[in-house]
Amino acid sequence: MSDSSEALATHELRHHFENMEQQRGASSMGMWVFLVTEIMFFGGMFMAYLAYRYEYFVAWQEGSQHMNFWIGTVNTAVLICSSLTMVLAVLAIQQGRRRLTSVMLAVTICFAMAFMVLKGMEYHEHWLAHEFPGSAFHFAGIDPRHVEMFFVLYFVMTGFHALHVLIGIGLVSTMLYMNERGHFSADYHNPIENTGLYWHFVDLIWIYLYPLLYLIGHHHVS
Amino acid sequence: MATASAITAEREHYLNADYGFRSWLLTTDHKRIALLYLISITFFFFIGGFFALLIRLELLTPQGDLVQADTYNKLFSMHGQVMIFFFLIPAVPAVLGNFLVPMMIGAKDLAFPRINLLSWYLFIIGGGLMLYTILTGGVDTGWTFYVPLSTAYLGTHVVLAAVSIFIAGFSSILTGLNFIVTIHRMRAPGMTWGRMPLFLWSNYATSIIQVLGTPVLAISLSLVGLERMFHLGVFNPQLGGDPLLFQHLFWFYSHPAVYIMILPGMGVVSEIIPCFSRKRVFGYEFVALASIGIAVLGFLVWAHHMFVAGISLYSAMVFSFFSYLVAVPSAIKVFNWTATMYKGKIYYSTPMLYAMGFIGLFTMGGMTGLFLASLGVDVHVTDTYFIVAHFHYIMVGGMVMAYLAGMHFWWPKISGRMYPEAWGKLAALTIFIGFNLTFFPQFVLGWTGMPRRYHAYTPEFQVLNVLSTAGSTVLAVGYLLPMVYFLWSLRYGKEAGDNPWGAAGLEWKTASPPPTYNFEETPVVTWEAYNYDDLPKEVPVVG
Amino acid sequence: MEKVISAKLYFTVWAALMCLTAATAALSYVNMGALSPVVALVIATVKGSLVVLFFMHAKYIDVKTTVLVIVAGFFWLTILLLMTMTDYITRAWS
Repeated sequence: MSDSSEALATHELRHHFENMEQQRGASSMGMWVFLVTEIMFFGGMFMAYLAYRYEYFVAWQEGSQHMNFWIGTVNTAVLICSSLTMVLAVLAIQQGRRRLTSVMLAVTICFAMAFMVLKGMEYHEHWLAHEFPGSAFHFAGIDPRHVEMFFVLYFVMTGFHALHVLIGIGLVSTMLYMNERGHFSADYHNPIENTGLYWHFVDLIWIYLYPLLYLIGHHHVS
Repeated sequence: MATASAITAEREHYLNADYGFRSWLLTTDHKRIALLYLISITFFFFIGGFFALLIRLELLTPQGDLVQADTYNKLFSMHGQVMIFFFLIPAVPAVLGNFLVPMMIGAKDLAFPRINLLSWYLFIIGGGLMLYTILTGGVDTGWTFYVPLSTAYLGTHVVLAAVSIFIAGFSSILTGLNFIVTIHRMRAPGMTWGRMPLFLWSNYATSIIQVLGTPVLAISLSLVGLERMFHLGVFNPQLGGDPLLFQHLFWFYSHPAVYIMILPGMGVVSEIIPCFSRKRVFGYEFVALASIGIAVLGFLVWAHHMFVAGISLYSAMVFSFFSYLVAVPSAIKVFNWTATMYKGKIYYSTPMLYAMGFIGLFTMGGMTGLFLASLGVDVHVTDTYFIVAHFHYIMVGGMVMAYLAGMHFWWPKISGRMYPEAWGKLAALTIFIGFNLTFFPQFVLGWTGMPRRYHAYTPEFQVLNVLSTAGSTVLAVGYLLPMVYFLWSLRYGKEAGDNPWGAAGLEWKTASPPPTYNFEETPVVTWEAYNYDDLPKEVPVVG
Repeated sequence: MEKVISAKLYFTVWAALMCLTAATAALSYVNMGALSPVVALVIATVKGSLVVLFFMHAKYIDVKTTVLVIVAGFFWLTILLLMTMTDYITRAWS
């Protein structure tokens, strides 16, 4: 088993690297640099949120109360569970346990899909309540103009996040497929590690979106 | 000259290693990718230049008589977008950087060759979309896409242009990512950070900016797109949207972007000056750290583009302070280049002429930047031709000349041929004269009140405008000359040999053109950078 | 060279994340005035740190420069947020 996986590993060594360690180090560093670009991309949206929250404080409290607290909280738990199964998948392939890796990857995908379904239900609910920005928007409470802006930020931020979840589902599925084809081993599994990094990053963004969108005005609920 | 090509053809190198479209379009060789970029950005340079000539043609007369006002808006918008995103940003990193970074650190390729090829394809897709935008009517937002003009008031192809730039931005991010990982992880044994050529330090600093800044441009453009297409109006004034929020996000990238454009050029100059002074760089550590300093400080100044837009005065003072500060590392470099030349044995080769021109013109452009850092002066000259002259002195007088300097310096390495030196000098001189004739009058025009982005002006500005347009035609001729003689040299140029300039650096220790894997054996570096004390005092080719 | 972390540690981190989520959700019912968003974001940062350090192995990276990359990313985000806010916060002063 270790002979063939070593052969697999050497087969995977790209010609411009001196050895597998250099390749692994480069691959991992490259992934982190990419994640930094994602931090800055989402950062622009957090900036918009921060600026408008400062200017329209009351509307932000008001809008936050119209978030679905329970879907938001359950989705947070779902993503945390998916992060666990993802990191267990990485652990499994580090130990060369291909079967377990596939199972963990598949469970991760299930959690991710659950997140998307819940999000879809949530969006649908907002749509029915006339809370989608645009000509169909109608808000009966205070400061409707700025509350609409809150919803704009809500849909933009969670929308880009959901897009990243979708891409993540695609990446994890690709890893599952490749693992089933015997592509990975204890000696070679960079792509799975990198996919894991991506997936945890998606979780990280949600860890901040959750309090910013769902929790800030919550205690005002009478 | 058939003998010359026969000799080159006997030895295998990266150009003749494989033939056919597939070997080029599916290459992962960083040197071939560099040439793919070279062809692409040259194409876009002439597109951008074409718009510039139309602008200068219109401005020959005070009346707006060549094109209508809306069309004129499109001319300067397309000129800016094409020149910035499809020429200046990629020019040195994607052409010279791609070609040289692996060779200079003693590696066989960049860390991620396939991502390198992907970055070129993204550039082409973005460029294709930009061309389509131009051909279907263009945009008139200025290169700055300010809201709510771009989101609510224009019927032109804003989203298309935004998408094309978004994609080109991704290309830029991938190049930066590749360079960062390569420089950190793939240096040859003995190549410590302190032994790296300054060209690498500059490209490393550039890459930091590309990676940290470009994503914010991406989100800015995305938000404009979302507002136009899905009415998710983050900047919609009716919902309390703030036009300044867009400007903050846009300039957070676009100011550091100017350092993406200039830093690689400074890196080129840092290689050429010591070679043609036959001396090591004075204050190597200072120049290296100044590159990093520019990259970091460059992120702290962006709102100096918004001094008259309505930001708080107190915030403006903070940004003004940092804007003064960011001039310091650039000045350090200029002092060090000059000190390098002092008591050196100077050779006035074509690359050296361009590099010296860079130092002078960049300094002028940079010093006028200090004028602009001052709040009081900035209020007077914002949105006038003073600004236009300022950034063209840096971008054209600085960056484009540095690019040409680099192309001439490394042409022998890239092609195995020498360009004709007399024509090189003639073109350099033509460009220098044409450049100053075009842009110096614009300082005066701006100072005396001519606004920018207007296709008509009051008659007292005509003389200087005519001078400026005359200069632009001289400049155009100057830019055409290298196109012609570089192509000529591919067939008729003298064979270059490994190191025609007697230059220091690992790239000169391998053949011209280099073999596909750069080095026969991985070099082990035991010497400091710019070891001109150990190299011949005579420059073989020019000597 | 590649550190293998035990499943037990991962489960512990997961449990901590779930507890912190429950805590922040529960605390959102409590009126703490201006302190509410602070508490929520502090908890979020603790959760985020757990994810970055343990799930993303930042604690076990032997390459110092990769750590520098991560720190730089968050630092730059801070520059964007802080310096832009200097404008918004001081506009009323003028």
